[in-house]
Amino acid sequence: MDKIKVAVIGPGNIGSDLMYKIFRSKNLEMALMTGIVESEGIRRAASLGVATSIDGVKAVAANKEIKIAFDATSAAAHLKFNSPVLREAGVMSIDLTPAAIGPYCVPCVNLDALHDQINDKLDINMVTCGGQATIPIVYAISRVAGASYAEIVACISSKSAGPGTRANMDEFTETTSKGLEVVGGADKGKAIIILNPAEPPLMMTNTVMARVKNPEVGFEKIKESIDAMVKELKEYVPGYTLRVPPIMEGDKVTTIVQVEGQGDFLPKFSGNLDIINSAAVAAADKIAAEMLAKGGAPV
Amino acid sequence: MKINLVDATLRDGSHALRHGITEDMAVSIAKGLDEAGVAIIELSHGDGLGGSSFTYGFSKEDQFKLIEAAGKAIKKSKLSVLLLPGIGTIEDLNKAKERGADVVRVATHVTEADVSEQHIKAANDIGMMTVGFLMMVHMAEKERIVEEAKKMESYGASYVNLADSAGYLLTDGVKERIDAVVNAVKIPVGFHAHNNLGMAMANSLAAVEVGATYVDGTLRGLGAGAGNTQMEVLAGALKRIGHDTGADFYHLMDVARDSVDPIMLRPQVIDNGSLMLGYAGVYSSFLLHVYNAAEKFGLEPRDILVELGARKMVGGQEDMIIDVAYRIKNKG
Repeated sequence: MDKIKVAVIGPGNIGSDLMYKIFRSKNLEMALMTGIVESEGIRRAASLGVATSIDGVKAVAANKEIKIAFDATSAAAHLKFNSPVLREAGVMSIDLTPAAIGPYCVPCVNLDALHDQINDKLDINMVTCGGQATIPIVYAISRVAGASYAEIVACISSKSAGPGTRANMDEFTETTSKGLEVVGGADKGKAIIILNPAEPPLMMTNTVMARVKNPEVGFEKIKESIDAMVKELKEYVPGYTLRVPPIMEGDKVTTIVQVEGQGDFLPKFSGNLDIINSAAVAAADKIAAEMLAKGGAPV
Repeated sequence: MKINLVDATLRDGSHALRHGITEDMAVSIAKGLDEAGVAIIELSHGDGLGGSSFTYGFSKEDQFKLIEAAGKAIKKSKLSVLLLPGIGTIEDLNKAKERGADVVRVATHVTEADVSEQHIKAANDIGMMTVGFLMMVHMAEKERIVEEAKKMESYGASYVNLADSAGYLLTDGVKERIDAVVNAVKIPVGFHAHNNLGMAMANSLAAVEVGATYVDGTLRGLGAGAGNTQMEVLAGALKRIGHDTGADFYHLMDVARDSVDPIMLRPQVIDNGSLMLGYAGVYSSFLLHVYNAAEKFGLEPRDILVELGARKMVGGQEDMIIDVAYRIKNKG
């Protein structure tokens, strides 16, 4: 069966891990790895038989067969260079940077709702790693009981927090907070991130707490909704589990989730990087399936 | 030698007061400290700007309202706020500055100084005095602490403060750490103690002995866990040694008696939980949350604290107390 050709921009840790996930995809073909300098990531992709370039986004635009590009560079690069060029060339962007030009996408929550907006100028943003891990839970709570407030604490091991995250902690807290509101459905969101240097590195954990508007809906209903959501999430993030099952006290619901990575390119404790990459590939895979159903044209 | 007293009654004391500081308390304590002549008065939620939350406890009053009120009551002292990157943001910092904060102490876990770069630089850009604050210094060797302190210096911190957030260190551990940093950076060095092993005063004096020139304390020792170095006691002891703090020792005693004694929720003693914080090396502000979880799950607080220490939880991971309690409960 045909596949939709895709490119990864940015051959760093994230980009390399994306590549392995794309290899496994049913509907995506890893057609290009592109960076701006010769690097280990470029050599790795080439050694696996992937076409490579150091012409950055220009190489994507030059290849008329590529329909979707994953941007794993930086917010500044996406805003200034990559997004405008991809738009001009009619290549969809799956944006893993905090640039967030286009709508937030958390596949198990709103990919179907984004359907009407899907065209070749689409630029969807994957929020943050913590957002991918916690927004589905907040949404699962708010869809049955409403949520006036949602708070999450994401703990990631120091080893899996790259220089980009470290240099811009506010981007994480602010973008995740907004995602809890816009996609999660909470009236007000608050996100906290903690780096823990323990050795061996800790698995990514996320505590989700929500104040519900209609506690009379009952704990069973809320729990059922959360369990159903976890099941959907596990389809693209197999290592996603509830460490502490939901607890309800008055109008407050608490649960703790753990994300174990698939260990594709990054170590298993880097669940934070695994979940955002898995979400990005899941979103692209679904879009590609529809493209293929319609003969390869943008749906 | 000139020693700068940094009073954190309205910040670390926030934990002991379950974040219930009111405008009247803030004004009365800040005014008293200002008149007594302390160099810096710190005020914010115990976990810094943006700390008001399910995880750390909601503040009774809006933090910016308290900052504004305290700012108006202060004439000579500098008003400081605490900020933990990952909890507070630059937007919070701008608001604090607008309401009258002059100083920000940007706090990170002892091995993670690079997350403070963004906030230290932003604070310097808006003309605030900026302090690099390394927490849980018992968890790193002196060589690593020097490396992290140098990073904060390079970002533009005016001084670097080492915090024994778990009240774990004994005097030798404090001395070797402070001494190493004093000899490695060009900026002044400060120290923040917790009294969980009854060492806060001794450790603070030891820090001064090897070159720390900023020392934290709180009136009556009001703070997380067994509390901090007791400010009025510190002022008295430093005066007797012959150090110049610029502060009026008698006046500090009076503020402690008149403004702090009446608002304390419990005596600031080393109870069993606090002792275990120091013994097991757990972040002091976990204490009251551990008591809550112990009651909820029917456990002994000590068992939760020891497990938190063994798991090497860092400051801000109060959410993991429930995780540990759940795990202990469901094992048996």
